[in-house]
Amino acid sequence: MSEFISPRNLASSLEARAKHPEYVPIAGGTDHMVASKDRGAPAGMINLFGLSELSEVSELEGGGLRIGACVTYARVLDDERVASRFPVLSSACREVGASQIQARGTLGGNIATSSPVGDSLPALLALGATICVASVDGERRIPYEEFLLGYRKVDLAGNELIVAIEVPVQHKGAVQTWRKVGTRRAQSISKLTMAAVAHLDDGKIAGIRIALGAVADRTVRAKAAEAALLGQSPNDESATRAIKALAGEIVPIDDVRSNADYRLGVAQNLVRRFVLSL
Amino acid sequence: MNIDVTINGESRTIETEGHRRLLDVLREELGLVGTKEGCGEGECGACTVLLNGEPVNSCLVPVGQLQGASLTTIEGMAGSESLHIIQDTLIRYGGAQCGICTPGVALCAKWALEKEPDASKERLRELLAGNICRCTGYQAIVDAIVAAQESAPETSLKDAKEPGDE
Amino acid sequence: MVHSSKSGEEVTAKGSVSQSSVGKGLPRVDGDAKVRGTARYVDDLKLPNMHHGMTKRSAVPHGILKGIHKRDGFDWSQVVVVTAEDIPGRNTIVLIEEDQPALVAIGAPIRHHDEAVALVAAPSRELAHEALTHLELEVEEMPAVFTCEDALEAKVKVYGDDNILKTYLIEKGEGDIDAKLAACDHVIEGLYRTQAQEQMYIEPQGMIASWDEGRCHIVGSMQCPFYIQKAMCTLLGLDAEHLVVEQAVTGGGFGGKEEYPSMIAGHAALLAREAGVPVKLIYERDEDIAATTKRHPSVVRHRMGFDADGTIRAIDVDVLFDGGAYQTLTQVVLSRGVLHAAGPYKCENTRVRGRAAATNTPPHGAFRGFGAPQTTFAYERQTQKAAKLLGMSPFAFRELNMLRDGDSTATSQILEGSVGSEAVLSAVKEVAEAYALPADDENSSVRHGRGISFYFHGAGFTGSGEARLAGRATVALAVDGHFEVRSSSTDIGQGVQTMFTQIAATALGVEPDVVRVPSPATDRVPDSGPTVASRTCMVVGRVVNQASTALRERIEAWARENGFGDMPLRQAATAMAKVEGEIAETVQYAPPAGIVWDDEMYTGSAYPCYGWAACMVDVKVDLDTYEVTIDRCVHAVDVGKAINPVVVKGQIEGGTLQSLGWALWEDVIYHDGKVANDRMTNCIVPTFSDAPEMHTIIVEEPFASGPYGAKGVGEIPMDGPCVAAVGAVEDALSSLARSEGFDVLPVSPEAIQRAMRLES
Repeated sequence: MSEFISPRNLASSLEARAKHPEYVPIAGGTDHMVASKDRGAPAGMINLFGLSELSEVSELEGGGLRIGACVTYARVLDDERVASRFPVLSSACREVGASQIQARGTLGGNIATSSPVGDSLPALLALGATICVASVDGERRIPYEEFLLGYRKVDLAGNELIVAIEVPVQHKGAVQTWRKVGTRRAQSISKLTMAAVAHLDDGKIAGIRIALGAVADRTVRAKAAEAALLGQSPNDESATRAIKALAGEIVPIDDVRSNADYRLGVAQNLVRRFVLSL
Repeated sequence: MNIDVTINGESRTIETEGHRRLLDVLREELGLVGTKEGCGEGECGACTVLLNGEPVNSCLVPVGQLQGASLTTIEGMAGSESLHIIQDTLIRYGGAQCGICTPGVALCAKWALEKEPDASKERLRELLAGNICRCTGYQAIVDAIVAAQESAPETSLKDAKEPGDE
Repeated sequence: MVHSSKSGEEVTAKGSVSQSSVGKGLPRVDGDAKVRGTARYVDDLKLPNMHHGMTKRSAVPHGILKGIHKRDGFDWSQVVVVTAEDIPGRNTIVLIEEDQPALVAIGAPIRHHDEAVALVAAPSRELAHEALTHLELEVEEMPAVFTCEDALEAKVKVYGDDNILKTYLIEKGEGDIDAKLAACDHVIEGLYRTQAQEQMYIEPQGMIASWDEGRCHIVGSMQCPFYIQKAMCTLLGLDAEHLVVEQAVTGGGFGGKEEYPSMIAGHAALLAREAGVPVKLIYERDEDIAATTKRHPSVVRHRMGFDADGTIRAIDVDVLFDGGAYQTLTQVVLSRGVLHAAGPYKCENTRVRGRAAATNTPPHGAFRGFGAPQTTFAYERQTQKAAKLLGMSPFAFRELNMLRDGDSTATSQILEGSVGSEAVLSAVKEVAEAYALPADDENSSVRHGRGISFYFHGAGFTGSGEARLAGRATVALAVDGHFEVRSSSTDIGQGVQTMFTQIAATALGVEPDVVRVPSPATDRVPDSGPTVASRTCMVVGRVVNQASTALRERIEAWARENGFGDMPLRQAATAMAKVEGEIAETVQYAPPAGIVWDDEMYTGSAYPCYGWAACMVDVKVDLDTYEVTIDRCVHAVDVGKAINPVVVKGQIEGGTLQSLGWALWEDVIYHDGKVANDRMTNCIVPTFSDAPEMHTIIVEEPFASGPYGAKGVGEIPMDGPCVAAVGAVEDALSSLARSEGFDVLPVSPEAIQRAMRLES
């Protein structure tokens, strides 16, 4: 008999997690339940969906937002604070799957699955988010970039759960851009995604984060390209240097959805377009 | 486990394992076979039901998550006598051909119009994009939803726009 | 008559006879059940003690099956396993040839990755699935061949000594075609490749089989109940009396449920026979994508010679299709491909050669368009290039060369009536002139383009096919006073039941609500031929019309004789039914006079008539991502007569999007003969957001031998929007990309990127 636990609060969720590390923590189910028909019963499930402590968006000091791990894409889209402060995240959520997936899928689930093509992930990376995880032993806060360890691998112990994502306030006047290149216009798995955030000071790029999906084993920052742009004026010349640097730092692959040439070429085009838009 | 849930307005208790797909429980335990399986991976939308008013793929929902929830399936969309206006316009505009995607399309369209009554055609297409139809090219479905949208809420079906009225 | 319809505008044909439901947008008769979710598809049906079946597949592309082993450590007591040894009749799925086995026998060759090798059934799906994982195959693998071009070398033999499944030759005009081409002012030569395409009906394939005292009953998702009956009689060693095949409500087919259902029905029947209980066999989506038939990949070399003024003088086409591992329907698909390969253009010197080669991939088969979309892509790419070369408008080039009434086709068929070529092209031209393409800004990241295509599609079976089929239909007055249309034409979503209701009601002079069109079962309906080839309305509809007329005359005669001469037909019928019981009229199809076809020389009347169509597609291309957005799609189709304009519009729009999908997005990727994208996640079809708002124009050039003038509509919309879209992409990138880059489908963003690289 496969046990299905629906804890009433976070504390009992963490206890259940500690007691049954082999059980599947489940939020929206949009990853775990895919093609589950003939998979057989799991050892057990710990249901987190709708748990109030994980489903809220709250203010952080200074204008950032703390988004509960079980906040759905649909709730993110409905939140005007997210839309006005972090449009790159709203735009990303709007292009995840379609209505049915958005109603159920959660940011925490996207982060936990950590597919290299997870659509919210580049946005969170470009925004400099921090991941909050908890266990019966307490809470840890990890910069998202460090939380990503490898292909579908994150810094989460067997007794831990992701509880929230903290998104810091962005520089005033920062430009935020989201581009999803999918196999089709909606309900698609990405061939490539780019989230970019930058601001200028006196005509020079004073801060920039470019995050890309589907060009490596995990969502990555384009640090060499960023370095090539920092302190430069956004123009053709700096953009060209940046996309050359980009070619040296990402390792896109061929698969059934696209190929490495295309992914690299389009990533370069999108980065160039972003730089020239600044 | 016992799951207390309201399905199509009726309170029910389902005894089953919580990890099972909502889709299977609807079809196999409750005989609600109007909900269709097209892919089993949340891609086609044929198994769409409204869970607490929102469209979900029932192939991706473990039934244990329904504790205390309210569910609408296609069997609960029409009134006892009359069709929901979207069902009516889907028939009249040719929005249902083979019919296998129709239950999911009808429910998702109902949600979309309730959520955004003034949605543009383009926005309606975006809201419905999780429902794949291979027969219609989508045009007749979009026309049907727009016709339902243009009929004032709560109008009787007789007042709904006829195909060809312009 | 031309009816134009943009989203939701006028779709009801005007000018139809009063009291007649033909020409009106009668709501679908099956609509209520479908929107309520009460329509019952095969997976919705349950029989007492029903077991669930599953299929063990070969999992190698080429080899010899050496053994099938049940693993120890699994409780086999509740599981039934069926192998080739358990087949009571001949181990084959009969269609055109008997080369494809129902189950690969031990010692026999495996010819593709997804051949059925063994079957299991168990009381639950879960147990059946588990049992499958405990069946082990012993296989000696052999080298395999995966493309039709490689197959021609015959290093690996899949079929006979040369892997050639079929060849055709069409010749028109005297003398050597090379010399004729050499004499032209211009010659355009192109090599065109098209990919496999998945039908992607949203209801996966499935069947339920049950046995009762030596009689087998099949119910399931299908297009052609009598094809299944014939195949199963051979497989099970039964006569037709002992084999009943019944159609459940079917969730789309598009050709994909023409022939493969015989395989599934056979498997379900074998399992049910062995298990002694009914067996349901429903394919999972991945299995359906991997194992069932798809559109044939093609390689077409096309040479077209023309004068400086644009007059086409010579056409030479070489068509090669990848048939996959078995014959199935390939030779018939290829036939339609070559018959359309020269296009709807006048040309006195034409040669079309066609070949189909066998490969170690699952067999390719029927998909809407049936060979014509592949050759349409080639000839309309050629036409697009020719017009561009000459600096002519795409309309002018086609107007100069198009077939008109009285002209002669590539098979020397003289077109007599119902030729809507000018009407469809001018209808599209009118829209083209009304809507200019947006001007492009050099600094913008998008470019706009427009593409035009023009094409035709033969309606009904090729040549003498309809005479051979001799399809029949019955219209009966039932004892309850209702009328019933009985035919084997299946409603797979295309609206057969509604259309037959309208034809019968009109011929009988009664209201549509007293006419019933039940789903076919082989013991209750005559064989009307298969539901394929754009023949249902034109051919079976005609027979339904004739049978209805005969029945009406019989009722009228009875009424006169019995003193009810003044009574409306409906009441007279009720009175007659009370006295006489059920009355039925059955009519057999007689092809129109003057159809002469030479199957040896491939000359004469290839089809009784043709549908005609033109399409215009406007796109924008993103220069950063190479993604294409379809901004406008205008499609004019000559259908003879729209029996139900709403249904006809639905057929056109559905086919249009399948064609646009094939052009830009849809692909089946094979890795060593195995479908690599066997899930809907990656084997994509367009969504609501990908589809354009469509502008559909119904043109009616009546066909004298069709019911009320109707001819085929099912397939033609699939033929041409694809190449219009491709032409539009080329037009958008005219100076930025190499033309040959658009000669291979799909024109994906990756392909566009390559085409732009070639140019720069």
